[in-house]
Amino acid sequence: MSSRQASLPSLHIDNVAVMRGNRMVLRGLSVTARAGDVIWIRGANGCGKSTLLRLVAGLLTVTSGKIHSEGRMALADENLALDANMTVEDALRFWADMDGASTEAREAALAAMDLQELAHIPVHFLSTGQRKRASIARVLASGADIWLMDEPYNGLDSASCARLDEAIIGRAAAGGIVLVAAHQPPSINVAISLSLDSQGVAI
Amino acid sequence: MKAFIALVAREVRLAWTGGGLWLPVIFYLAVATLFPFVTGPDKALLARTGGGILWIAALLATLLPIERLILPDRQSGVLDQLALRGWSDELVATAKIAGQIVAFALPLLLATIVGSALIGLPEAQLGTLLLGLALALPALSGLSVMIAALTAGLSGASALGGLLLVPITIPLLIFGAGTLAEDPGNAMQLLAATSLAITALSPFAAGAALRAGRV
Repeated sequence: MSSRQASLPSLHIDNVAVMRGNRMVLRGLSVTARAGDVIWIRGANGCGKSTLLRLVAGLLTVTSGKIHSEGRMALADENLALDANMTVEDALRFWADMDGASTEAREAALAAMDLQELAHIPVHFLSTGQRKRASIARVLASGADIWLMDEPYNGLDSASCARLDEAIIGRAAAGGIVLVAAHQPPSINVAISLSLDSQGVAI
Repeated sequence: MKAFIALVAREVRLAWTGGGLWLPVIFYLAVATLFPFVTGPDKALLARTGGGILWIAALLATLLPIERLILPDRQSGVLDQLALRGWSDELVATAKIAGQIVAFALPLLLATIVGSALIGLPEAQLGTLLLGLALALPALSGLSVMIAALTAGLSGASALGGLLLVPITIPLLIFGAGTLAEDPGNAMQLLAATSLAITALSPFAAGAALRAGRV
């Protein structure tokens, strides 16, 4: 295997099960994703979509099975992780500092989500959709190889959805992996469509 | 290291903008202002008891920012984002303690100069009081972050935080009061040792609490 191949992001979920409280949320789940893959995770409320993303992110531990990933990850979920009193630009700069991201990457992320005009406005003055865009811009600026996106289209208008689609396509084309947990199908081609039933079993 | 400094700077900034800096200092000075109203203008009594009152005020001021130290970051997903980036919970706690020392402990030391003047503390005692508080405040900062991590998200977290914090700080308070005696040598050494132990251990306890609270 060449060194270039070794640096490509990958994700292997092998027969994973997870117990939350006394309920089995996911069971027997196996997925393999390679560089360039977009995975759509779908299923009813409570079927384990968000849990799966948090497992992949390493924020939860599996009850059985294994998850192995190569590559840096970024997560956009219901929690924005942006300081409400800071301007959008400053809030993104903080995370860019954490990620070692460049100023150019941060500005490109702002532009990609059409946030330049809102850059100097405190986060708490933004609308729900605008906050969501700022949260997605945080992921874009991170330069992470694997994007974990939990209901990223919620609250976005159609233009913003299109921008997000474009960003996802761009990340996948650049050799990244994108996991999108969403009820509605993304309007882009997905490599893997992972459907979970109410028991957290892939169907 | 740059990322660690950025996180500490964020803590300080949040304290400045969220009242975590001014509220404890105002509380501390309010106690120093009110105490002479209760005891009367007996200078000898104020000189004898004032230092102890400032110690208790510092301890209680530690409680004030507890609710904003961990809970907002847990609710907003900041702690998850840091964990995702490979930050250990202990390192996050260390950064928060460092931020708390800068944002809370240093202003409180400055306020002590004003507070001691309000209370009429003899000048000779001020140096000892400042040194004692300087030794103890890192420990108080560590304890406040630890208690904040333990109680984040619990109902009645403020009251619970007070109940947990006050007993743990008793050794600091005893040795701190001891430093105000005529010969503060031994008490100062014990205070330094106790503070060092608490400051060193609190990131681990806080880190464990942060991990346990992740859902």
